[in-house]
Amino acid sequence: MAKMSLEDLRKLREATQQQIKKRDTEGKTVQVIVGMGTCGIAAGAKDTLDAFVKALDEKGMGGDVIIRQTGCMGLCQNEPTVEIVMKDMPNIIYGRVDAKIAKEIVEKHIIKRELLNDQILDRPAGDILKK
Amino acid sequence: MAYNHYILVCGGTGCESSNADGIYNNLITEAKAAGVLDKVQIVKTGCFGFCEKGPIVKVLPEDSFYVEVKPEDAKEIINEQIVKGREVPRLLYNKTKRSTESVEEIQFYQKQLRIVLRNCGVINPENIEEYIARDGYLALEKALFSMTPQQIVDEVKASGLRGRGGAGFPTGMKWEAGLKAQGDQKFVVCNADEGDPGAYMDRSTIEGDPHSVIEAMTICGKAIGSNQGFVYIRAEYPLAVERLKIAMVQAREAGLLGKNILGSGFDFDIEIRLGAGAFVCGEETALLRSIEGKRGMPTPKPPFPAQSGLWGKPTIINNVETWANIPVILTKGAEWFNKIGTADSKGTKVFALTGKVNSSGLVEVPMGTTLREIIFDIGGGIKNGKKFKGVQTGGPSGGIITEESLDTPIDFGALTKLGSMMGSGGMIVMDEDDCVIDVSKFYMEFCVDESCGKCSPCRIGTRQIHALLDKISKGTGTLEDLEKMKEIGFAMQKSSLCALGQSAPNPTLSTIRKFEAEYKAHILDHKCPAGKCKNLVTFEINEKCIGCGACARKCPANCITGEKKSRHVIDQSKCLKCGECFKTCKFGAVVKA
Repeated sequence: MAKMSLEDLRKLREATQQQIKKRDTEGKTVQVIVGMGTCGIAAGAKDTLDAFVKALDEKGMGGDVIIRQTGCMGLCQNEPTVEIVMKDMPNIIYGRVDAKIAKEIVEKHIIKRELLNDQILDRPAGDILKK
Repeated sequence: MAYNHYILVCGGTGCESSNADGIYNNLITEAKAAGVLDKVQIVKTGCFGFCEKGPIVKVLPEDSFYVEVKPEDAKEIINEQIVKGREVPRLLYNKTKRSTESVEEIQFYQKQLRIVLRNCGVINPENIEEYIARDGYLALEKALFSMTPQQIVDEVKASGLRGRGGAGFPTGMKWEAGLKAQGDQKFVVCNADEGDPGAYMDRSTIEGDPHSVIEAMTICGKAIGSNQGFVYIRAEYPLAVERLKIAMVQAREAGLLGKNILGSGFDFDIEIRLGAGAFVCGEETALLRSIEGKRGMPTPKPPFPAQSGLWGKPTIINNVETWANIPVILTKGAEWFNKIGTADSKGTKVFALTGKVNSSGLVEVPMGTTLREIIFDIGGGIKNGKKFKGVQTGGPSGGIITEESLDTPIDFGALTKLGSMMGSGGMIVMDEDDCVIDVSKFYMEFCVDESCGKCSPCRIGTRQIHALLDKISKGTGTLEDLEKMKEIGFAMQKSSLCALGQSAPNPTLSTIRKFEAEYKAHILDHKCPAGKCKNLVTFEINEKCIGCGACARKCPANCITGEKKSRHVIDQSKCLKCGECFKTCKFGAVVKA
C-alpha cells in the first residue's frame, strides 16, 4: 500500500466499510432470503443471489441488508423464490426471480417500498401449515 | 469483489493450539475444490473469547456459531452451507435450534459489552483495511487534524478511563503530566508484559486487534509531544508479536506510522522490545529499565515515569487494554464512554475467566457487573455441580472473594474494599475441592520465583511466608505461625519497593481472613478439609466397595489390591495421594479421611 493522505484514508474507509458491515448482524432491518434448495439452484437461484449482492452493493446498501439462503420453500414450480423481510412492510415471497427481477426488487421493494405485484406469491398452503 | 458468505475462523492462541490452522487451511482447500472460493471470504480473526468451546468458526450472514470444530468438518461446512445454503446443525452451539442462536443469544455473550475486544473475532488482524473499515484510524484523524494536544488530554480525562494494568491510575491525569513535563525527548510505552497466571486478555487484544494499540500510542505521541514509542511484549507471545509486526509494517506502508503521518507533519514510530518473561518487568519502572537494556528491577517512585522514565525522559506507559480503549473514546466521545460503568470506574473490563467454571474464556463486561453475573450467568456456574468456594481476582497480587460478596458490583474501588484488587483481570474460580492453603502456597511460590531480589521485604518476606505455608500444609504449623504470617505480610505491604512485594502477601492474608477455620483445621486437627494437602489426607476404601477393580487399574502406584468382587485395600505406605481412585470410584467407596 502506498502512503496515504487524509483523503485516501477516508476514501479507503468508505470503500471497505460496506463489506465489513456484512459481518455484523446487529441493527439490520432488511433480510433477503433466497430459496436455495435443489429446485431453486436448478432454476438459477445462484445467479439470483449474485444479482442481489451486486445490486445492493451498487446502491451502497451491502452493509445494511442480510442476504440469507434457505432450503426449498415448497413452491418449486415458481423457483427461484425469494422472501423479503423488512420493517413496516409485509413479508413478501416473490417467485421466478431472475437477475433482472432481483435488481427490480432492490430498486422498488427495498428502496422505494413498492411491491412488484406481478411476482408476488402467497405462502405455500397457509391453511395446512398450522402452527 | 462481492462475497456471499464470510467464514470467520478464530486465530487466537487458544484455538490455534486446538488446530484452528488446520480448519482454516482445509476450508480454503475445500472451497477451492467446490469451486466457491470467489463466493466466500475465509478470514482468520482474533479471539472470540469463548475459549471453552474452541475452536470457534462463525459463518455469516447466517450467523451460524460453530463450536469445537475439527479440520475434517471443513468439507461439510463448505459443501452444505456455502454450496447449498444449509447449516450444519451438529456443529452449532445450540444443536436443537436452527438458524441460530445468534451470538447475542448465547448466554456467554449476553451481559457482555465489547469495547476493547470490539474487533476481536470480527476482522482479520493481519489486514489493515479491515481495521480501517471498522472506523480504524478515525480517532487518529481527529487527533492529528482537529484537536490540540490539550484537547486530546482533556477528552481522555473527561472519559474517566483508569489504567487497566492493575492499579487503576486515571489515564488522563497521567497524560496531562506527560504533556506538562519538560524534555527535549518524550516516550510512549505499551506494557504488554502480561504475567499474571491465568490472564491472557492483553495477548488476545494484540492478537486480534493490533492496530488499536498502534493507533492509540500514536495519538498519545501527538498529545504529549513524543515521536518514539516502544511496545514491551513478552517473547512467550510469538503470535501476538508476529501480528504486531505485520500491523506495524502495514501502518508504515500506509503512511499511518513513521514520518509525516497522513501528511500532517507529525512523526511517530514504534519499536518492539521483547521481554524474557520476568513477572517483575510488568512493573512499570522495572519494565523501563529492561527497555534501556539494564536488568529488570524496579526503581523508587517518585519520580514517576511521566516526569522521568526511559533514559530519564518523560514517558507515558499504559497497559494494552488501556490503549485499546483510547481510539473508541476519541471517536465516540468521552461523554459516551462516561455513561458506561460506575461512578468510580468508567467503561468496561476484560476478565480472563478460568478455573472450575463451565465456560472459561475472555469476558468483557461493563464496570459494575457483579461477580455472580460473571461466574454464574456468563461462565455458566461451577463445573460438575460442585459448590462455589471463592474466586481469586488480580492473580498473585489479589485476594480471594467469597460467596457473601458475589453480589457486589465490581469496580476498582469495590475490589480493593473487599481486600482484593482488579489487577490485570485474571479471575480464577475455586470450588470446594480447592484448599486455600494450597492456593496461597502456589501464589507465594510464584512470587518467590519472580521476586527480583532488590529489596529485602519482598526477597525475604516471600520466602518466609512460603516456608510457613508449607509447614502448615504438612500439618506441623502452629497458631503462632498464623500471627507471624500476618506480621510479615503487613511489613511487606508497607515497605516493599514495588507493587510486586507490596501485593505478594495479599492472597495469603485474604485467605487467613476469610478461611481462618480452614487454617486452624490444618494446624490443630491436622486435617485438610478439601483433601488437597497430601500429607494430611489418606484415602481409604469402605464397605461400599463391590470389588470392581476400577480403582486398582487406575492407581499409578499399584498399591490397591483385593480379590474380584470383594472389598479392596489401599497400601498406605505406597500411596501417592494422587486421588485417582477417589475420582474413579462410581460407588462412593473411596473416601478421603
